[in-house]
Amino acid sequence: MSSALLYAGAGMGLLLVGVWALVLRAHLLRKVLAINVMGSGAFLLLVGAGAMGGGPVDPVPQAMVITGIVVSISATALALALVLRIAYATGKAALPEDRERDLMDREGR
Amino acid sequence: MSTWLAALPWMVLAIAIPLLGALAAFVQPRRAQVIGLSFSFLTAGAAVGVVLDFITLGPQQHAVGGWGAPLGIDLVADGLSILMLGMSAVVGVAVSIYARAYFVPYPDKAPRFWPLWLFLWAALNALFQSADVFNLYVTLELMGLSAVALVALTGSGPALWGAMRYLLVSLLGSLAYLVGVALLYHAYGTVDLTLLAERADGGLQLAVPLGAMIAGLLLKTGLFPFHVWLPPAHGSARAPVSALLSGLVVKASFYLVLRLWFTFVPEGEGLPLLLGCLGAAAIFWGSIQALRQKRLKLLVAYSTVAQLGYLFIAFPLAGLEPQMAWSGSIYLALSHAFAKGAMFLAAGAIMTQGGHDEIDELDLVVDRMPLTLAAFALAGISLAGLPPSGGFVGKWLLLESAMAQGKGIWAAIIIVGGLLTATYVFRVLGFAFTRSEHHHERHEVPAAMEWTALLLALGAVLLGFVAPWALPLLDGVLP
Amino acid sequence: MTTNAWLPLLVLASSLIPGLIIFTLPEKAVAWRITLNLGGALLKILLLVLMMIGVFHGVNYEFRVPLVPGIDFVLHADALSLLFVNLSAVLWLATTVYAIGYLEDSPNRSRFFGYFSLCVTTTVGLAMAGNLLTFLVFYEALTLSTYPLVVHRGTEVARKAGRTYLAYTLLGGVLLLAGTIWLHALTGTLEFVDRGFVRGLDLDPATLRMVFTLLILGVGVKAALVPLHAWLPQAMVAPAPVSALLHAVAVVKAGAFGVVRIIYDVFGIEFAAELGVTLPLAVLAAVTIIYGSVRALFQEDLKRRLAFSTVSQVSYITLGVAIAGPIATIGGLAHLVHQGFMKITLFFCAGNYAETLGVHKVSELRGIGRRMPWTTAAFTVAAFGMIGVPPVVGFVSKWYLGLGALEVGQDWVVYVLAGSSLLNAAYFLPLVRAAWFEPPPDEWPHERNFGRKETAWMLLLPPLFTALAALAWGLFASMPGTPLDWVQFIAARKYGS
Repeated sequence: MSSALLYAGAGMGLLLVGVWALVLRAHLLRKVLAINVMGSGAFLLLVGAGAMGGGPVDPVPQAMVITGIVVSISATALALALVLRIAYATGKAALPEDRERDLMDREGR
Repeated sequence: MSTWLAALPWMVLAIAIPLLGALAAFVQPRRAQVIGLSFSFLTAGAAVGVVLDFITLGPQQHAVGGWGAPLGIDLVADGLSILMLGMSAVVGVAVSIYARAYFVPYPDKAPRFWPLWLFLWAALNALFQSADVFNLYVTLELMGLSAVALVALTGSGPALWGAMRYLLVSLLGSLAYLVGVALLYHAYGTVDLTLLAERADGGLQLAVPLGAMIAGLLLKTGLFPFHVWLPPAHGSARAPVSALLSGLVVKASFYLVLRLWFTFVPEGEGLPLLLGCLGAAAIFWGSIQALRQKRLKLLVAYSTVAQLGYLFIAFPLAGLEPQMAWSGSIYLALSHAFAKGAMFLAAGAIMTQGGHDEIDELDLVVDRMPLTLAAFALAGISLAGLPPSGGFVGKWLLLESAMAQGKGIWAAIIIVGGLLTATYVFRVLGFAFTRSEHHHERHEVPAAMEWTALLLALGAVLLGFVAPWALPLLDGVLP
Repeated sequence: MTTNAWLPLLVLASSLIPGLIIFTLPEKAVAWRITLNLGGALLKILLLVLMMIGVFHGVNYEFRVPLVPGIDFVLHADALSLLFVNLSAVLWLATTVYAIGYLEDSPNRSRFFGYFSLCVTTTVGLAMAGNLLTFLVFYEALTLSTYPLVVHRGTEVARKAGRTYLAYTLLGGVLLLAGTIWLHALTGTLEFVDRGFVRGLDLDPATLRMVFTLLILGVGVKAALVPLHAWLPQAMVAPAPVSALLHAVAVVKAGAFGVVRIIYDVFGIEFAAELGVTLPLAVLAAVTIIYGSVRALFQEDLKRRLAFSTVSQVSYITLGVAIAGPIATIGGLAHLVHQGFMKITLFFCAGNYAETLGVHKVSELRGIGRRMPWTTAAFTVAAFGMIGVPPVVGFVSKWYLGLGALEVGQDWVVYVLAGSSLLNAAYFLPLVRAAWFEPPPDEWPHERNFGRKETAWMLLLPPLFTALAALAWGLFASMPGTPLDWVQFIAARKYGS
């Protein structure tokens, strides 16, 4: 019981840490990592919340988490590929400030 | 083989065919165009099959692999699902025909476009037919990933940034949704929508997960103030991709909001009012930004921000007149898919021909590309809610439900928003009818691109005449 | 569905389908375009004759399909709609002939005639609309189909004029929409009924006055009621046949016809008078009449002078309706037709002057009667009609308006009519005098040679025909079959006597 609560609590914590990093970190790699941390948090929460009822361990959340991890891996792969492309195309692995983007918009269409 | 195929219901085929097509187009990159287009027609055919099944037999349910809910995966097609499936089929076929012509000059892009698009289509069809919140999460994520990859297809700096921003927002939204799913499962021990509807009892244990899920979905729908990612992504993507994103993808997450809302029917006045106010803010902010744009595609993208706002006006109106308000909102969503799809396709044709999309340099587009301009104008009429068009019917229903409840303020917002829409649409038309001083080089535009845009726009207008037949499909779905 | 249901739809199709085909024609297919245009126009008149006979024998022509839940799309041919439909159909034929001559060799004719046909289709649909929603649909469609005609020339000036035009007309459409939706929420119906559907329902008079104001302002934009008139003079940038059609039939008449429908078939004239909304409307119409005339007096450009004259003259219709007496109704409704014929003649003539001699300004008209006697004769007849000189039809309208006002004790209207007639004379008579009695200049601004004829026959026939009609209906006003005769039939039904 208490271990399930621990899982769920840790999950919530990871989620918050992830959001914090996602918003504040400029480097895209860090943002991708932040999303991954958040994902782990969500999975912990799913498993933990599933187990909180007591009794035998419910298999459904486990199955869901496995599916979720697969999805998360493909998302991470796509994100990393994008980061690379951005770094090649612009020389920086970061999103532009608004003013910078407007300029590019006007020139680059 | 044939008997095995015949045993499969259309609902499964509508998902399996585009998946198969995506694979085929991926392993045969040189024939991607032909394979892609053929599978598009097949997918649309399967969707039509689902629709016909619904019309003749009523709501459909299919347990995939023979495992029913709550353990297995159930596919369900009710009135709302088939409207969305039908919408995707029409817009999808039009965009596919357009894309085949569009990608001829870009042989390196076509083999990437087709697998991603068919993948997206499979995700959409699966999403519209899913009956449990976890499957919905998976389809939502599949849809988001293929959509992001499609934006990145352009390859230029701004498009990559747009794609990245879109990806981060999309993942954040999905995670919020997933947290909601986890909490729901914790509270009620199931993820099946029907069972959830029976067990949900209100209170905090429903409010918190529902809030997380809806917030995540709003992020993905691009409702003001979560819209910041939308114009760069939709505006910098290739024209057929923009049409798909604005026409279909944002509708999918909106559909999901509706699904959850209809399942749980949250009580209280606060949340609907908040959603309505965000919708109103989106209408004004999006329209004003659209008016300020110098580039056609960005104007159309901001117009999406504004038009999405309309869909949420139904929430505060649904209290006493649910039938009419929801019908109006759903009808607007359908018309917007057609009209906005047509508008992006038309903008793409204009850009292909002139090599630019500066609005005040449109230089007599009306003479050079009369079909394309007609498409843009007809789509604009539907967006502005001018009669006769699907947009008019949708707005009329919303207006009527507002007036019937004496909520004149919402009526005023809808009407003023329509006027703003007309202003930015006619700003474009005005320049399209005018000679400009600069001369631009002209390129040939394939007829298929012009005609698909026009037919899609005509579809948006035609929706204005079929409402008495289309709306009864929603009987039994609306709360 | 029976033939009786399909006939109104056929009347629409007789200009819609040729219009759509014309869009697809290449620029050089002149013969095809002319055949389609004239064929459609003649077919429409033929169908209307059939329908007139039917309505006379009491046949009910109605096409009805559901449009939104609870409200139908209704095309219905009653006496009032036939009045307006016939006006549109006949003047469409005349304008088509004129436009073919006028636009000879100019670019983008397929586009022009395509939208031209759509514009007539929407006008006819508006006339036959059987409920307020259908009316609204066509009212907005009319805005959309006339916009390309206003900006047809593709210049920066045209674009700005188009913008003004849209700003006003779309605003009008929005007001009309707001009024319509409000009325539907109050009454649950929108069907036009003789003597009104609002009558007899127990509704709050203050709310009804608000709804009435919204609806009238909505149609008032197109009817160019002061202060909603400013788009009209600006729209003069369009080619002459467009101005002719906009002024005589399509746009301003759609507005005036809307006023008629709203007062008679939505509220009912007696009920509207009870509400106390007709007198303010009559005053507004009177103000518009005087204001338009005064502004016309100071216009140097001929087309602008005619435009302000339209602002003034169209409000006679509103005035006649708002006086709320049977005789004034006859005057107002008859003016719907009369003004159409007279004003279209004037615009045809102004177009002829511009096209043949390059004359655009009032001061350039000196001696033009010797160079173009037939055109100037038509111009003179129409100008006299506008002033109200018997025996031209304009006199008939003003006579009934005056009598009608006296009948219900609104004596002030007579002074307005007299003042307006004086102003009309002041801005038309000097032109007529200069045209006939002053010597022509040595050289016209931009003369085109038509051999022994004064101008192309396709430009000359239409104004002669319309001027002759205006004269004949004045001379034989009391004969059966004239617009006046038909209008008396309508007025009897609207007053339930």
